[in-house]
This record gives sequence, structure tokens and C-alpha cells, in this order.
Amino acid sequence: MITLRDIRNLLLAAAALGLAALLPFYDSGYILSIATTMAMFTVLATSWALFSGPTHYISLSTAAFFGLGTFVTGLGFQTLPRGRLPLIAAGIGAVLAAVVGLVTLRLSGVYFVIFTLGLAELVRQLVTWVQNRTGQRGMYVLTSITERDIYWQLIGLAALVFLLGWLIGRSRLGFALRIIGNDETVAKHSGIDTAMAKIVLFMNSGAVAAVVGALLAPRYIYIEPSTAFAPILSFQVVIMALLGGTGRLWGPLAGVIPFTILWEFISRHAPNQTLLLLGVAFLLIVYVLPGGFVGLYDRLRRRFGAWGQ
Amino acid sequence: MSFILITGLLLGGTYALIAMGLNLQYGVARIMNLANGEMLVAGGFAAFWVYTAGQVSPIAALLVVAPLAFAVNWLIYRLMLRPLVKRAKSRGALEVNSILATFGLSFVLVGIMTWMFGGGYFNYSYLAQRVDIFGASYGQNRVVAFSIASLIALALWLWLSYTRAGLRMRAVSVSPESARLVGIDVPAVSGLAFGLGGAVTASGGALISMFFTLDASVGVMFTMKALIIVIMGGVGDIRGTIVAALILGIAETFVARVIDPGLTLAAAYVLFLGVLLFRPQGLFGSKPT
Repeated sequence: MITLRDIRNLLLAAAALGLAALLPFYDSGYILSIATTMAMFTVLATSWALFSGPTHYISLSTAAFFGLGTFVTGLGFQTLPRGRLPLIAAGIGAVLAAVVGLVTLRLSGVYFVIFTLGLAELVRQLVTWVQNRTGQRGMYVLTSITERDIYWQLIGLAALVFLLGWLIGRSRLGFALRIIGNDETVAKHSGIDTAMAKIVLFMNSGAVAAVVGALLAPRYIYIEPSTAFAPILSFQVVIMALLGGTGRLWGPLAGVIPFTILWEFISRHAPNQTLLLLGVAFLLIVYVLPGGFVGLYDRLRRRFGAWGQ
Repeated sequence: MSFILITGLLLGGTYALIAMGLNLQYGVARIMNLANGEMLVAGGFAAFWVYTAGQVSPIAALLVVAPLAFAVNWLIYRLMLRPLVKRAKSRGALEVNSILATFGLSFVLVGIMTWMFGGGYFNYSYLAQRVDIFGASYGQNRVVAFSIASLIALALWLWLSYTRAGLRMRAVSVSPESARLVGIDVPAVSGLAFGLGGAVTASGGALISMFFTLDASVGVMFTMKALIIVIMGGVGDIRGTIVAALILGIAETFVARVIDPGLTLAAAYVLFLGVLLFRPQGLFGSKPT
């Protein structure tokens, strides 16, 4: 069933994305660079939240998928058609996610968290090892792709992810995931294949993260394992998604914008304190803002009555 | 081959101590402490500091490091984690919250330690002579660290097995709800276990700093390994933890020597994979019914 409200929301989202796509005509320097970072984190955090939001399974491995994506572009951009690289990255990301999911998601969430915590480092070690054996070092990705192109690609991807999230939210799969998040035993007893539902969603977020990596590779110019698989990316994504709140599709976006600005500010003026900021943000979410900005918004709305309905 | 085995055992002994600390925190206090590795690094920093500043041996430093770490961890439990336990509606909710909170704590600790000591590596030379075992020579500091780790582990095991306080701790580990019914003050025991776990881990850190180069951000690596050991040995199972730690020590040493020193985490993951696929309940655990 598509109601009038759905149509309104879809139109609003399309308008917002269209507006965001106009940004490169306004500025092509610093603001575009920040906006590209924001678009990247919006895609990553939204697709992270599609899986971790309803299930409460905290994935700490975005960097592993992202790094693989950058390597796909790094290795293939000279020989393969450019349009195919994101697809290959998506495939590899989905396969890795499926393997991780098959191993851990049949068990409890703790195993999943631990496994994903070290995954980026594991993949980095393996890639470094292969590079050492084949005598390869880091590689240059020199293309004619500009920041503007990357930005537009990311906006397109964001549109895709939002649409996917919207569709999942209305589907049987989305319903199943919400039940799993509320009570996994109940979900099992109502005949839901819980492991399958979780794996499918995790594959989705793994594939998206790999595509983002593939799209962003030209931005870094020089790619090597220690920067491509930098684990901090995973934690940034988790923080942004939770700060915004995973209860709504637009939640992560509400976390990405303020956090990216804050991060940019801190890393300019006190580059050694970024980890402290990350830690404080984690604590803030647990103790002050459970549910993130979305939770706050819902609480305020409940208190002051529903407006705009 | 025997060289790999003995080096692995020496390493595994120290791992065992670290993982026992984590197991007390997770098995008894039910807090998955992702800041465990930072406690280890802090213990190492403390040992480094007293040794370079006052020429105090890292072993004597344990007498200060352990009580201090106990106090800090006890306070962390009372002030930060107890409120989470109280407000949690289910075990799952507590798990998510404690993971996020201790993860935040770990970043804060790394931030503070980087600020205090800088981002560089630090090590010091203590007992760096060689000692011969079965015709091959090993660092004296490794052997000493292993011996002290074994002593502490043995003391802990005896205490848990044969004292009333240890019995209370094991009771909470098995079932907090039933422990409450027989008159055990579960919050107090949990706080004690969390503090004790922190003290054990920090002592492990002080010992490991004798032969291992640490830096402010290396903690998460140790957290990861300790977690794998705890899962492999079984939550709340001391014997399993020791066996798993020794296996990991040997496996890591083997991979580092024979294949590539850059693949130590991969070795840990291979073991982890095997456990997840075949024995998710731990080496000695029985299948949940």
C-alpha cells in the first residue's frame, strides 16, 4: 500500500537529494570536499543502520569492506571498464559479508562483534602478505575523475540506499528484522529464518561499503593497505549512525552532518585529540542520548504533541 | 620445532593472565570489556615509567600496579557500568550498551595515553640476557614474565576454587539470579570481579612490557586476542582459558616463524573460525540444551 504520506515523503526525499546534487555548481573547493565526505558517510552510515539498527548487532568492520573496494579500483581501473568496478566491488563485499555472516550470525551477537572488530586488520594483514609475496607496493590511482564526479556518484548511491531502505522497511524482510531485534527467540518461534534474514542484510551493507570504497579510490590517489583499511573508519560510521539514531531512515544523516563538521574542526586544530572525541561521543550516546537525535526527536514530539501530522 | 613450542608457551602464559582478567569481567560481572587492552597498556606504561624513572624493577612495580588497577576498575564498574546493568531490560541490551560504553572508554584511554606519553613506541631493556632451555636460548625476561604470570594464575585459580569469596564469584558466574536467592550480594561480587579482572590484566601488561614493544594504540590488538581466547576457552572457564591461551601463543609463534611475522592476527582468526564452526560453546563447554 502506498499512501499519500509515502508519496509526500518520497517527493521530499527526491527534492532534498536533487538540491544536494546542485552543490558542485555553488562551490568546488573546500565545501565540496566536506560535502563529499558527508555524502560518503551518509551512504556508509545509512546502510550500516539498515542492518545494525533493527537487529542491534553492532558491526565494526566497515573499513574492511571499504578497503577492499578501494583495492578493486586500484587494481582494475586501467584494465577493466570503469562502470564494472563498483559491481565487482559489490560482489566481493557481499561474498565477504556472507562468509562472516554464515560463521557468526547463527550464534549470538557477541561473536559477531568480536569477529568484525578485527576483520579490517585481518584483511589488511592478508593483503599486505599477498603484496609482499608478489613484490607489489602501494599503487597510484591517477584518473581524470574529479571530486565533483565522485560527489555525484555518491549522491546517486545515497538515493539508491535510501530507496532500498524504504523498500526493506515495508517488506516482510524488514518486519522480520524488527522482530529479531525485539526478541530473537520469538522470531525463531514464528518461523522466521533469523540467520538468513540477518545475513542478507549484512551482505547488503557489506556490498554498499565496498562500492563506496571503489568510488572513492580516485580521491586518495595513492592506495596502500595501512591507509585503505584504517579501522577508524568503522568506528566513525558506528558513531555517526548511532548519534543520529537508527530508528528512522534519515537518522544516520542527522548524525553524519554535525559529526563530520566537528571531526573536521578537531582534526584541524587538535589532531591528536580525535580519538578522545570518538570516545567521548561513544559515551555520550550511551549515557546522554540513547536512541540518538531520532530518539530525542521522538521524545520531544511525544512531550509537546504531534505536530506536522 | 621445540623452539617454536617453548617460545609459544612462554608467550601463551602471559596471554593466559590477560585473558583470565577479561574472563573475570565477562564471566562474572557480565561486562564485555572492550577497554581491557587499554588497561594492559596502562599497566605496561606504569612499569615502563617506574623502571626508567626510578630503576624500580617491573616485578616490584606489580605491587603498585595491581592495587591501583583494581581501584580504577572497581570505580569504573561502580560509576559507569553499574548504571547500565540497572537500566538494562535484557542481557542483550546490556551487551550492546556495555560494548559501546567500554569501547568509548577505550578510545578515551588511548587519547589520554597518547596525550601523556606521545604516539611513539616505548620499550626498555630489563633482564635482556639469554637463558638456555633444551639447547636453545631464550630471553630471560620472557622466562621470568612467564613464571610470574603462572604464579599469579595459580594463585587466582586456588583462590577461586577453595575460598568462600571464590565460591561466591563462581556462583555469580553460573547464574546471577540464583546467586541472589542464596544471599550473595551480586552487585558487590560483580564489582569485585571487575576490579580483580582489571588488576590481573594490568599485571599482565606490566609483565608483557618487559619483552614486548608497546604503544598507546596497541591495546585493541590485545583485547581482540583476549576475546578470542575467552570464547575459545569458554566463558567463565579458567582451565579452558589457560589451554586456549597456550594454543594461541604457540599458533602465533608458529605462523610468525614459519609463514610471515605480519600474519599473527590471521593465526588467531583461524583458531577463532575453528571454534565458531565446531565448538562455539568453548573447548570444554557442553552444548547448551
